[in-house]
Amino acid sequence: MGRYVVRRLLQMIPVFVGTTFLIFVMVYAVGDPVNAMFGDRAPDPATAARLRAEFNLDKPVWLQYVLYLGHIFTGNFGSAFNGRPVGDLLVSAFPITLRLTLIALVFEIVIGIVLGVVTGLRRGRPVDSSVLMLTLVVISVPTFVTGSLAQYLIGVVWGLIPPAVSPEAPPGELLLPGLVLALVSLAYVTRLTRTSIAENVRADHVRTALAKGLPRSRVTVRHLLRTSLIPVVTFLGTDVGNLMAGALVTERIFNIQGVGFQLWQGVVRQNAPTVVGFVTALVVIFLLANLLVDLLYAVLDPRIRYA
Amino acid sequence: MRGVTRVTWAVGCAAAVALAAAGCGGKGGGYGAAGDGVVRAFWTDPQNPLEPANTNEVQGGKVLDMIFRGLKRYNPDSGQAENAAAQSITTNDQRNFTVRLKKGLKFSDGTPVTAKSFVDAWNYGALVTNKQINSYFFEYIDGYDKVHPESGKPTAKTMSGLKVKDDRTFTVRLNQKFSLWPETLGYTAYAPLPKKFFTDHAAWLKKPVGNGPYKVDSYTRGQAMELSRDKRYSGPDKPKNKGVELKVYTDQNTGYTDLQAGNLDVMDELPAGQLKNAKRDLNGRYINQPAGLTQTVSFPFYKKDWKSEKAKKVRRGISMAIDRRMVTDKIYHGTREPAGDLTSPVLKDSGGYDPKLCGETCTYNPKKARQLIKEGGGLPGGRITLSSNVDTGSHRQWMDAVCNSINNVLGKDDACRVNPVPTFSEFRKNLSADKMQGMFRAGWQMDYPLIQDFLQPLYYTNGSSNDSGYSNPRVDKLINQANASEKASAVGKYQQAEKILLDDLPAIPLWYQNGNAGYSDRVSDVRLNPFSVPVFSDIKVK
Repeated sequence: MGRYVVRRLLQMIPVFVGTTFLIFVMVYAVGDPVNAMFGDRAPDPATAARLRAEFNLDKPVWLQYVLYLGHIFTGNFGSAFNGRPVGDLLVSAFPITLRLTLIALVFEIVIGIVLGVVTGLRRGRPVDSSVLMLTLVVISVPTFVTGSLAQYLIGVVWGLIPPAVSPEAPPGELLLPGLVLALVSLAYVTRLTRTSIAENVRADHVRTALAKGLPRSRVTVRHLLRTSLIPVVTFLGTDVGNLMAGALVTERIFNIQGVGFQLWQGVVRQNAPTVVGFVTALVVIFLLANLLVDLLYAVLDPRIRYA
Repeated sequence: MRGVTRVTWAVGCAAAVALAAAGCGGKGGGYGAAGDGVVRAFWTDPQNPLEPANTNEVQGGKVLDMIFRGLKRYNPDSGQAENAAAQSITTNDQRNFTVRLKKGLKFSDGTPVTAKSFVDAWNYGALVTNKQINSYFFEYIDGYDKVHPESGKPTAKTMSGLKVKDDRTFTVRLNQKFSLWPETLGYTAYAPLPKKFFTDHAAWLKKPVGNGPYKVDSYTRGQAMELSRDKRYSGPDKPKNKGVELKVYTDQNTGYTDLQAGNLDVMDELPAGQLKNAKRDLNGRYINQPAGLTQTVSFPFYKKDWKSEKAKKVRRGISMAIDRRMVTDKIYHGTREPAGDLTSPVLKDSGGYDPKLCGETCTYNPKKARQLIKEGGGLPGGRITLSSNVDTGSHRQWMDAVCNSINNVLGKDDACRVNPVPTFSEFRKNLSADKMQGMFRAGWQMDYPLIQDFLQPLYYTNGSSNDSGYSNPRVDKLINQANASEKASAVGKYQQAEKILLDDLPAIPLWYQNGNAGYSDRVSDVRLNPFSVPVFSDIKVK
C-alpha cells in the first residue's frame, strides 16, 4: 500500500502545475487590475507603470507564471494589493474554513447516515416518505436563501445568536453556518445511504449473517452499513473540497473570514497571487481527500485491496 | 499487508487530520464586546496600504479621517475648508504660498508636528518610486515633474517648490497660478507624517500614527481596528465618544443584519437591495445626504460623428430624452437626485453649485428631444450605444432604463443599445485607449469640494481624466483666468466655463449621488462628511 500512496502522491505534481497555470492564465485574462485602482479617474500613467512593474504585470504571462512558481518554492506566495502577504491570508483563513467544513461534515455524517439507515430499513413507510419529501425541499432551496433566512430569523427576530460570526470564528458560533452549509449535502447523503442500504439488505453476506443468528443491530451496523457506506464515503470525500470552496456563499452571509471570502475578494480585486494561492491549496486538499477516500474503501470493504 | 494494519493506518490518518484542524482553532471571545461609549462601525478591508497618499476609497478614508488632520479640514456641514493644523496660508500672487502652523501640535506618539512633517510627507507622496495612488494631488507644486516624470526615473527626490523656513513655517511655490489651492488642502493626501513613518515604515503600517482626534490602539489586518481618543489632540473637533471600533464584514448585507440585531452602531454604504426598506427597517435612523459624486454620460470627441456642430443638437436631444426622475426614484429609491449642472450639491451655492444652470437641456421633454435630434441629422448611423462596466453600482439597471427612455421618445426599439463591459478595469482600458464607439458612463468622485475639481480634470484640454478628448479654447481660457483670480471671483469664472460646457454638452449630467448610512438606537448625531465618510468625532453614545 505504501507504493500505492507514493504513486498517488507523485501524480499530484503534474496536476498541481497544471491547475496553477490554468488559474493563473484565467485571472490574467480578466484584465489589468491596476486600471481599476484609481477609482473613477484615469490612472496616472507613471504610477500605474510602477505598480505594474511591482506586481510583474508588465511582463508576458508565461514569465509572470515562472516568476510566481519560483517564489512559491521559496515559500513566498506573493501579496495582495494592500500589501498583505498571501501566506498570511492562507494561515488565517484555512483553519477557520477547516473548522466550518468539519462541523458541516459531522452534521452530514451523523444526521445524514442515521436518516439514511432509518429510511432505508423502513422503505415505503410514513417516515421514509416524509424524510424523502424533506430532502427534496432542502435540495431545491439554494443555500443563499436558507442561510439568509436562518440568519434573519434566529439572529435578528429571535435574537438567539449573533448573526455575524466574530473574526476568530470559535466553533460554537460556527454551528448554524455549519448546518446551513451541510444541508444540501446532508440531503444527498441521506438519499445515497437509503438507496445503498435498500440494495444491500438483500445481499448475500447480510442474509448469511442473519441466517447464522447474529443480532439484528449487529448485522445492521457491522455488515449492512459498512458495505453500504462506500458510495457515501466517495461522496463525502469529494464533498470536502466542495464544502471548502463552496463555503463562499455561507461565509459571506455569516461574516466568516475564511477561504471562500478571501477567494472572493481576490477575484473581485483581480489579485492573481491571492486567487492562485487559495485555489492551489484547495486543489491539494481535494486531491488528498480523494486519496483518503480510496484508502478508506479498503477499510470498509475487505474485498478491495491495494497492491 | 493484512487487513488490521490497513484499518489502523487509515484511521490514524483521519484522526491526524481532525486533530490538526481542531488544534488550529483559535482563542475566541473578547472581541466584539465593545465597552461603554465606544462606537462600533462597519468596515471592509482597505484596498491599499493605509498611507495618506495611497488611499482613495471610503474604507481607508474612514481611518485616515480619524487619525489625521491636515492643514485644512472640510466642515462637514458647509463643506468649507477651515484651518486645522494651519494657522494661516497666505499669498500675494496666487502662486507663492506661505504656510504657518499652529503652536504645540503633536502626533499621537508624542513627537511634534512641524513644517518638516508636512514637507516630507508631500515629497513622499509625490515621488513616483513610492507608487502612491494619490500622487497627482501634488501635481501643482513646482518640481513635481522632476520627482514624478511621465516615464523613466525621477531626477530629484524632493520637490523644489517646497521649502522649510522654520519649525512652524514652510513655503510652497506652484507651477501655475491657482488661487483656490489652499482650499484643496483638506484632503487626507496632504496629511503630515511623523518621523516613524520614514524610519520604520513596516511598524507604522502595522499601527499607523497620526495627529488626528483619534489614535490607533490595535489593528488586526483584515479583521478589526480599535481607536480611542487621543488626549494630545488640541483641535476644535474633540471626540464626543470614548472611541471607535471598526469591524470588518465580509458582506454589506451581513453588516446590515448585524445593525438590525443591535451588534453594530454605524454602517455606511448600505446594500443596494435594502435601500427601499432601510428607512422603515431602521425606524428612521437612516441618512441620505449629498456626496461629492456625479454621474454623467460622455461622448467620444475623437470620433468624427460627435465633433460636428450638428452633433451638439443631437446631444442636447438625447439629454432631453432621458427621464432622470424616473430612474432616481424607481432604481435608486431617492438615493440619487436628477442633476442640473456638472458639479455637486456639496459645493453649496457659494461654492458654485447651481442646479438650474443646465435648464431645459437637462429636463425631460420628449417632443423637443425628437425635434432636436431630427434637426441634428438624427443619431449617427441611426443608433447609438451606451457603455459602462456593470460589475458595480447597479449600472446595468440605469443604463437599461436610460436606453428605454430614449427608445420610447424616438419610438424606435433599437435606437439606443446598452453595451455592458464586464469589469471596471476593462472599461477603463477601453477608455484610455480611446476605443469608445458611442456614449459612455463617466462617473466623477471629487478630490476636494471645489468647483475646479468638477471641471478642470474632466474638460480642460488634455485634463488628467478628460476621457472624451474634449477641447475648447474658450473653456481653457476661462479656467486659467479663474485659477489666476482671487478666490471670490474665481467661482464666477468657473461657472462661466461651466455654462459653455453645458451648451457644448461634451457630457450629459445624469444625477448627483447621495451618501447613505444607517445607525443603531445606541448612538446619535451621526452624519456624513462631503466624502461620505461618517463624522466619527461628533457621534454620541447613549
